Amino acid sequence: MAFELDKDKALSTLSLMLRIRLFEEKIEEMFSNHVMHGTTHLAIGQEAVHAGVSPALDPMDWIVTTHRCHGHTLAKGSSIEEMFAEFLGYSNGLAYGLGGSMHLIDVDRHNAGSSAVVGSGVPIATGMALQLKRSGSKQLAVAFFGDGASSRGAIHESMNIASVMRLPVLFLCEHNMYGMSACARDMVSTDSIAHRGASYGIESRMVDGNDVEAVFESVTHAADYIREHGKPYLLETRTYRFSGHSKNDKKLYRTHEEEQQWLQRDPIALFEQRLIERKQMSVIQMESLRQSIKDEMDTTVEQLMNNPQELTIEEAAGFTYASKEDSAR
Amino acid sequence: MKKLSCREAIREALAEEMLRDDNVVLIGEDLGCYGGCFQVTAGLFETFGPKQIIETPVSEEAIVGVSIGAAMMGMRPVVEIMYGDFSTLAADPLINHAAKMRFLSAGKLSVPLVYRTPMGSGTGAAAQHTQSLESMFTNIPGLKILYPSMPADLKGLMKSAIRDQDPVLFFEHKLYGVEEMIPEEDYLIPIGKADIKQKGNDVSIITYGKTVFTALEAARLLEDDDISAEVVDLRTLRPLDKDAIIASVVKTGRAVVVHEAPLFGGFSGEIVATIAEHPEAFRALKAPVARVCGLDMPTPFNKHLELELPPSHTRIIDAVLTLFRS
Ligand SMILES: Cc1ncc(C[n+]2csc(CCOP(=O)(O)OP(=O)(O)O)c2C)c(N)n1
Ligand SMILES: [Mg+2]
Repeated sequence: MAFELDKDKALSTLSLMLRIRLFEEKIEEMFSNHVMHGTTHLAIGQEAVHAGVSPALDPMDWIVTTHRCHGHTLAKGSSIEEMFAEFLGYSNGLAYGLGGSMHLIDVDRHNAGSSAVVGSGVPIATGMALQLKRSGSKQLAVAFFGDGASSRGAIHESMNIASVMRLPVLFLCEHNMYGMSACARDMVSTDSIAHRGASYGIESRMVDGNDVEAVFESVTHAADYIREHGKPYLLETRTYRFSGHSKNDKKLYRTHEEEQQWLQRDPIALFEQRLIERKQMSVIQMESLRQSIKDEMDTTVEQLMNNPQELTIEEAAGFTYASKEDSAR
Repeated sequence: MKKLSCREAIREALAEEMLRDDNVVLIGEDLGCYGGCFQVTAGLFETFGPKQIIETPVSEEAIVGVSIGAAMMGMRPVVEIMYGDFSTLAADPLINHAAKMRFLSAGKLSVPLVYRTPMGSGTGAAAQHTQSLESMFTNIPGLKILYPSMPADLKGLMKSAIRDQDPVLFFEHKLYGVEEMIPEEDYLIPIGKADIKQKGNDVSIITYGKTVFTALEAARLLEDDDISAEVVDLRTLRPLDKDAIIASVVKTGRAVVVHEAPLFGGFSGEIVATIAEHPEAFRALKAPVARVCGLDMPTPFNKHLELELPPSHTRIIDAVLTLFRS
C-alpha cells in the first residue's frame, strides 16, 4: 500500500505547500506591480518536492539550494517576514538585503543558502558533508540541483568524491523537465538522472515529484540509508514548473497541451483530493486555511513596506571580510 | 545610416558573418527559440537552424573546451556564456588552452574563437550575476580582449573578432537597448584601436564598456564648469591602443581612468602605468592621474546599494574637479 502521512503531518504538509504556493503568488504580484527589482525564479507546481524533503529530515540536517529556492527555504522553517524583507532588499531580511531572491539563506535553520551559478552548490554541500562526517555528526547535507544543472561537471565530480569518500550527502535532483528553455529530453543523455547513480556506485531512486507523500517516503528512506551505511544517495524527483523560468519568459519552448497535462497533476490539488477522500480535512477547512495564509502574506508585506530598513554601503562592505573581532577567533 | 540597438548591432554582425561563412557557428545555452539570455540571438535560429546554432547543456567548461577543439578543426565558433560571472568556469579552456594552442603547436594550430559574454551590474541580480571580470583575462598573453560600448563599434568589432585568427574575448555591457545610427554598408572596425567619443582639451577621461556612457554624461556636465573633457573609449583592452592614450594625455595634461570593475587590481592600473611610463605623457601631467572605479566589495542585491558600486557621473566629475584644484 502507498505510504500515507498521519493526520497531523498531513495537515502541516498541506499547510506548508499552500504557504509556498501563496508566497510565490505574492512575489509574482509584487513583481508585476514593480515593487521589487531584479528577477525571480518561481517554482509554482513544484511544492511537493519542497514540502516533501526538509520535513522528512532531521531539522539539524543541512541544505544547499539553487536559484529556485523559495520553497526549500520555507520548508526549512524560515519566517515569511524575513523572506519578504530579503526580496525587498531590507536589512531585516534573511541576508540583510544583500542576496535577494536567488540567495535565500538561513544559517540558524541549517539552510546554507544557494548558488546562483547553476550546479555549483553541489560540491559545497558535499564539502559540508565531509566536515559533518569528520566531526562525528549524525547529520547529513542535501545538495539540490536541477535537470539542467545535472550537466555540470562539478556535479559528476562531487558524486564521485562523495562515493569514494563515503560522505553523508543526499543528492536531490529536482527534475522539472526544463532548464531555462532547454528540454531535458535534448540535454540529458539518460532517461533518468537517477540511473547515473550506478556509475558512481551510489544508490538511487526516481520518484513522482508531484506526490508529496511519495517524496516524503523516499527522502525518509534515503536519509535512513545514508545514516545507516554512511554513504551518499541520489534521489530524482520528477515534477514540472507551471511558472515561466524567470520574470520574462514567454514559454515558447513548450506546448499548451503539455502544460495542461501537468496542470491536471497539480501537486496541491492532488494532495487535497487525497485528504478529502481520507476524510482528514474538508473543503471548507482547506478554503479557510488558504484564506488565512493569504491574509498573513498580505499583512506581512504591508507592514514591512510601511517601515523600510536598509543597510548603509559601509555596513554592506563590512561583510566582505571577517571583522577584527571575527579574525581574532 | 540606420538606427540599431546594441543588441541588434551584435545580432546583425553575427548574421552577416554566418551568412558569409557557414563555418561561423553560434554555440551556447538557450540560443534557439529562447534567443539567448539577453535576446541577442533572437530570431537567428529560424534563419540558420541547428547547423549554425548549437544549443548546449549547462556545461560551461565543456562548451568552451569543445569550441576550442572545433576551432582547431576549422570551425569559427562564437560561444555565448549567459553571464560574465560564469567565465570562472570557462577560465581553464580559455587561459590554459585557447591562449596557448598556437604557442604550444609552434604556430601549427590556431583557435579562431570568439567568447561573448555580458558583464556588469544594474540588473538587481546580486553578487554572482553582476561582476566585471575582465581583469581575470587581461593578464593572459594569447588572448585578445574587446569591451566596446556603442552599437556601431559592437557591430564592426564583432565582425573583426569573428575573422581574427586568435581567440577573442568579447565582453558586452548590459545596456543592450541603447541605440545609435550606424552605417548601412558592410564595415569592420580594427581590433586594437581606441576611439575618441568626445573631443576635449582639458582632461582625458579614459574608459571602456558601460562607463563610456557615464563618462560622456560627466563630460557634458563638466561643460557647465568650462571644462572641456575628452572621452577616450578604449574599445579593445588587449592589445591596448597606447598611442591613443598617450596622445590624449599629452594634449590635455590630465587623466581620469574609469571602469566598473573594482578598483584594486583593476585594468585601470595598466592604463595609469602606460601614462606614467611614457616620458612625454608623464611630463605633460599637470596633476596626478585619478581613478574612478567600482567599490571594492561584492554587489549587494538592494537597489540603492547596488547603484553605489559603479562609477557615477558625479564621482567622475568630482575626480576631474579635484585635478583642477591640485
Ligand atoms: C553555470 C550557470 N550556467 C547558466 C546559468 C543560467 N541559468 C540560470 S537557471 C538555468 C537553468 C537551470 O536549470 P535547472 O538546473 O533544471 O533548474 P531549474 O531552473 O529548472 O530549477 C540556467 C541555464 C547559471 N545561472 N549558471
Ligand atoms: Mg529544471
